[in-house]
Amino acid sequence: MVTQDTLTPAPATPVSAEDVPVGAPKMRARDVSVFYGEKKAIDEVSIDIHTEHVTAFIGPSGCGKSTFLRALNRMNDTIASARVEGTIELEGEDIYQSGMDVVQLRARVGMVFQKPNPFPKTIYENIAYGPKIHGLAQTKGEIDAIVEKSLTRAGLWEEVKDRLEDSGTALSGGQQQRLCIARAIAVDPEVILMDEPCSALDPIATAKIEELIDELRGRYAIVIVTHSMQQAARVSQRTAFFHLGNLVEYGHTSDIFTNPREQKTQDYITGRYG
Amino acid sequence: MSPAILLLLAIGLGLAGWLVARSRAWKFRASAPGGRLPSLPVYHAWYAGLWVGVPVLLFAAIWNAVSPGLILSHVLSSPGAQDIPAFGMQRDAILSQARAVAEGNADRVLLPEAQALVEPFREALTLYSWMGLAATLVIAIAAGIWAFSRLKPQFAARQHVERWVSVTLLLASLVAILTTFGIFITLVFETVRFFGMVSPVDFLFGTHWGPDPMAAADRPDGSRYGAIPLFWGTLFIGAIIAMIVAIPIGLMSAIYLTQYAKPGVRKWIKPALEILAGVPTVVYGYFAALTIAPAIREIAISAGIANASSESALAAGLVMGVMIIPFVSSMADDSIAAVPQAMRDGSLAMGATTNETIRRVLVPAALPGIVAGIMLAVSRAIGETMIVVMAAGYAANLSANPLEAMTTVTVQIVAMLTGEASMDHPATLSAFALGFVLFIITLALNVVALRVVKKYREAYE
Repeated sequence: MVTQDTLTPAPATPVSAEDVPVGAPKMRARDVSVFYGEKKAIDEVSIDIHTEHVTAFIGPSGCGKSTFLRALNRMNDTIASARVEGTIELEGEDIYQSGMDVVQLRARVGMVFQKPNPFPKTIYENIAYGPKIHGLAQTKGEIDAIVEKSLTRAGLWEEVKDRLEDSGTALSGGQQQRLCIARAIAVDPEVILMDEPCSALDPIATAKIEELIDELRGRYAIVIVTHSMQQAARVSQRTAFFHLGNLVEYGHTSDIFTNPREQKTQDYITGRYG
Repeated sequence: MSPAILLLLAIGLGLAGWLVARSRAWKFRASAPGGRLPSLPVYHAWYAGLWVGVPVLLFAAIWNAVSPGLILSHVLSSPGAQDIPAFGMQRDAILSQARAVAEGNADRVLLPEAQALVEPFREALTLYSWMGLAATLVIAIAAGIWAFSRLKPQFAARQHVERWVSVTLLLASLVAILTTFGIFITLVFETVRFFGMVSPVDFLFGTHWGPDPMAAADRPDGSRYGAIPLFWGTLFIGAIIAMIVAIPIGLMSAIYLTQYAKPGVRKWIKPALEILAGVPTVVYGYFAALTIAPAIREIAISAGIANASSESALAAGLVMGVMIIPFVSSMADDSIAAVPQAMRDGSLAMGATTNETIRRVLVPAALPGIVAGIMLAVSRAIGETMIVVMAAGYAANLSANPLEAMTTVTVQIVAMLTGEASMDHPATLSAFALGFVLFIITLALNVVALRVVKKYREAYE
């Protein structure tokens, strides 16, 4: 279980996320708007995503947090009516520029979905899928090594090492979700986007995933969308509060939860609405 | 009493029961507290209407079956019937003439013996039509009284009517099953007769097919009934050549339609493809015989094959393949579309291209459905007749050369049944044995396909 002490200690004085010196942000979004047809789902959001941090997106249902998350690896491209304005940069490179290879982008910015979605293949094949399509490994031995490393990092190796040839869909829900995380890790991404990864899981499986997120933080920039404010408080270092397509407030998690600047944030985290 | 009159009577009496019961139920309703009954008046009406109409209808069916026999026995017991022959065509002609005159369908008899029977026939017809009418009315009134005696304000008419409906639906579904069963029984009987004349070993493993309808029926030459060339022709045309055409094209069009086509394009291409399934096979037959077969022959001749025939397995197989493209593509389309979006998203989010996602995730996940579609297409192809008749001919050749004329099981069934031999000649009966084998093969294919589809459904629900 992740407790408050394992998080980065809050700075003595409340600061906004923008003025914390943690080096160049991994991803930088500026004035990003997302439209579904005529409807504006996200209104001019600017935010920095830092590596070795967990950034939580919170907000009531329909506030656009998942939409914004999907804009970060261009998964909105799969929706014909979706359109993005503004700029999103990954290490200074605009991911929406015309020359951007979305395949390369998604290899660098991986994603874990709300409902565990392992492929109906073996556990081994689920992990080997990404490395194979990206040509990260040539020999069977190299792939074996990646499979073991990824499953180990996802905390699943001990549980499945003797049944790698079983179907991924035969695992329990929590194991499936860790398999999906391992699958995302296997292509060695820089950023991992998680869209409510625990909402389909029971409390014990949720605790394991949260523990895993905290361990993974050391290597990746993790962005997690969550409905649970306790989860945001437990796992994240930074929290962004979205409301009706706007980014209301973004800052250190401890500040957002103890000393929010905006009245709306205060109302939401104290459960007055949402 | 003609069946049409009995039918109208049943409907009329049922309608009367319906109307009376409804007005009665309205009265219940008027007196019920708050004007509410457990069942609406219309259910009371249907309850009574069905109880009157259905027994009458059943009686009409039975009466229709037994009354001719009753009339005939009445006529035969008359004194004028002593002189007519006991059997044969003469007897039948006398009886039918007498009946025609008695019913007013003819003016006079041509055979003198018939004259004496006209009057008994007239009597019998009158007697039995009155009896039928009386029995109908008695049944209708008895059933009506019984139904009305049960109509009470609190009567659960709705539940009873629902039961009638479910029984009707059950009967409707049984029709198809019983028909299949009946077909099967017919086939089995005739097949057993055939195997009484020709050994099953000769039939199933012989390599020469050339039944002679003129040969003596009692000592058939088993070596002329070897069906292997037919099975091979069926397999080669329907399951090999046609599938080589249909599987890749059907699959690729399904993949295009589900994954690449814009909604506007899909809206046009999908129905256009399905129209292909609605084209009568005889039209495909023209196309195969008049366009494809000569073209293949031209190509073969220009390639140096001098004796290329104008009828070829290749022509029939190619056109048949085109015919079954919609079967493959629509099943593949459905099963690819049924793969959850989450699988597709999961793969795309890994940085897979659309192409990789299709090849490595969607098609493997949809494979059971695709295979089921292919099996249904195969069973359709091997049952196909017209294209083969027109493009591949009747010659039973056992050859792997697609440019040769070949024939299939279905074509030979038609040829044997419409041939000159009498119904109990082994050449004719061989059609049933062929049909039986075909029935078993397509049944097996369908069962396997359905099982695969079922398994596939379980995987995602």
